[in-house]
Amino acid sequence: MVDFMRYKKIYFLVSGILLVPGVISLLVFGLKPSIDFTGGTILELRFEDNDQFSILNFQTEDEKVISAQKSGEGTYLLKIKTINEKEKNEIKNKLAEKFGEVEEIRFETVGPTLGRELLRKTLVAIVLATVFILAYIAYQFKDKMYGVCAILAMFHDTLILLGSFSLLGHFFGIEVDTLFVTAVLTTLSFSVHDTVVTYDSIRNAVKKNPKAKFSLLINLAINQTLIRNLNNSLTIIFMLLALVLLGGQTIRWFVVALLIGTIAGTYSSTFIATPLLLVWKSLEKRKDG
Amino acid sequence: MNNQQKLFLLIIFVTLVSLYIDLPQTSFDFSLFGRQFKKKLEIKQGLDLQGGLQVVLQAEMGDIAENQRDTALEAAKNVIERRVNFFGVTEPVIQTSKTSGRHRIIVELPGVQDTEQAVDLIGQTAQLDFREGVFEELPPESTPEPDASGVGSGQASSAQITGFKETDLTGKDLEKAEVTFEQNTSAPQIAIKFTDEGATKFEEITQRNVEKPLAIFLDGQVISAPRVNEAISGGQAVITGQFDLEQAKNLAIQLNAGALPVPITILEQRSIGATLGQESVQKSLIAGIVGLGLVAFFMIGYYGRLGLLATVGLVIYGLITLALYKLIPVTLTLAGMAGFLLSIGMAVDANILIFEKIKEELSMAKPLTRAVEKGFGRAWDSIRDANICTLITCFVLFNPLNWSFLNTSGMIRGFALTLGLGIFISLFTGVVVTRTLIRVFYK
Repeated sequence: MVDFMRYKKIYFLVSGILLVPGVISLLVFGLKPSIDFTGGTILELRFEDNDQFSILNFQTEDEKVISAQKSGEGTYLLKIKTINEKEKNEIKNKLAEKFGEVEEIRFETVGPTLGRELLRKTLVAIVLATVFILAYIAYQFKDKMYGVCAILAMFHDTLILLGSFSLLGHFFGIEVDTLFVTAVLTTLSFSVHDTVVTYDSIRNAVKKNPKAKFSLLINLAINQTLIRNLNNSLTIIFMLLALVLLGGQTIRWFVVALLIGTIAGTYSSTFIATPLLLVWKSLEKRKDG
Repeated sequence: MNNQQKLFLLIIFVTLVSLYIDLPQTSFDFSLFGRQFKKKLEIKQGLDLQGGLQVVLQAEMGDIAENQRDTALEAAKNVIERRVNFFGVTEPVIQTSKTSGRHRIIVELPGVQDTEQAVDLIGQTAQLDFREGVFEELPPESTPEPDASGVGSGQASSAQITGFKETDLTGKDLEKAEVTFEQNTSAPQIAIKFTDEGATKFEEITQRNVEKPLAIFLDGQVISAPRVNEAISGGQAVITGQFDLEQAKNLAIQLNAGALPVPITILEQRSIGATLGQESVQKSLIAGIVGLGLVAFFMIGYYGRLGLLATVGLVIYGLITLALYKLIPVTLTLAGMAGFLLSIGMAVDANILIFEKIKEELSMAKPLTRAVEKGFGRAWDSIRDANICTLITCFVLFNPLNWSFLNTSGMIRGFALTLGLGIFISLFTGVVVTRTLIRVFYK
């Protein structure tokens, strides 16, 4: 049997290394909200003839256009202030005059009020889901120790996900949209899902051998559940990886977010949630002694 | 026949039925208890997959009394529905929503490519009314140039037109409007026919305005102001104006469908070209097949024969899920497809938990059949506990009770629905189906 808990400092260190840059980035740069939250327009166009392109500089010619970037083979993504159908067609005509035949692939425009409203609804959804999950944890683990540690592990995963996207946003311009929020909520539930399985096993071990040393029982439980946790996550990761590499571009970052969340969730249930129990026990002992 | 064999037959039956439903172009046509069931089964694709237009409209309720607003919203929705039907969109979705006192209409038009025309068609109030000129007697010294203002003022009177005042004849008095072409210029125009009541009104109005202009206003803007030559009876008239064919068609549709009871503004508009959607579907399908292959490869490689049975269970899972998508039906979006693929990855979770428990039991030197039974029993609690959290999250995301403080976006709902449904079905296939398969084949 491998003594996993001997290396608990290393696990905390690994998490620290992963967490700190992300958290700093979150505090300094924050997240980059998409038009879902801020309002605005994105217009994706395909150009028949994409050899001689100065479209990337197009924003200097039309003051409504905020930025332009290449999004694929011959396709470009324009970010524009909130505009209506007529203004869109003006911009399209202007582009067609300069660069030849344009095909509209996608046009999304969101008014600023709707963006703010969505932001509020999203926050409510996150709070509500968290409260439900906390209530479930409280019910599931009547022991305070398990509940608190499961929640800490859940925050750990969420912070890793938010931090990664803050970094991705700052350095690669990746935006956070409603789908990202969905991914965060899914990560919350994944995280708890994995932790529940691991803790179940620990509590079973404690029930069977009430006199044994806690760290020993934890090791026993981890040896039992680690393979399951890994295998289960692997199958999910296979699916998500296939989607990231082969799936459509529109949901790519959504899937990346799910992937980061899944990996963090798997890691934390064994290597964060469980050693936290030990830390809790030793703190309790210190208080008592 | 014992229970186990019955269950096995039931699983084969469910699988075959699912397979039949999954086949493309399956349709139902049978009568049961004297009622006819007829339904063509196909997977409904969301706007992001088949391309189309989605518009979120806000009804400006400022001028409407508080207690009238719900009715006005419903009426506006019906008008838009009629317009869209005249326009000829298949399977439009038109919903109303109320969020903290704001009244919205969400319109989804699959397959619409000419977004400009569609947006014009939906968004315009299209309040038609007829107005007669208001004249002011001119002082005698300024009579020499009565037509200086240009607007076709009546020649007979020595009065100048100063504006128009509303009559009681409006778009409500129309029976029918259609696009016709002016004989000489072949410019598009709209021929209108009044209801009987409208025809009487029209006759009265034209009678008292002979030799004077009668203006036609649309949403407070004059489109044309022809001069009345004589009283017109019979209730037929023609609206000419500076419109092209598309505008004329739109106007005819709007007049037929009626005016919106409240003005509306566009809050959000999303349109997706058909090519992008089809590319996405294909890519996701390939990704799904590759992912499924990897999962199967892994399960068989790691768990051997048990893994093979789990893979069979997984295929059954896929078949049942697709069949349910068609039966419910679930509108599949891109995010929904991701949810489905994710649920495949999670569906094997139950199997993995069970297999690990079986291995533990076997390592304690229990006989195989006992180990399998105990493994299933011990794994069940964990499986149930672990899935509840995901189900809770799906519930919040899907927002089945339409709580106005939560999101109702189609993307997110699609994901939550496919993921949640996936968990329920995977509990069935992961536990019941795999256990039966193991009992029958793993000896």
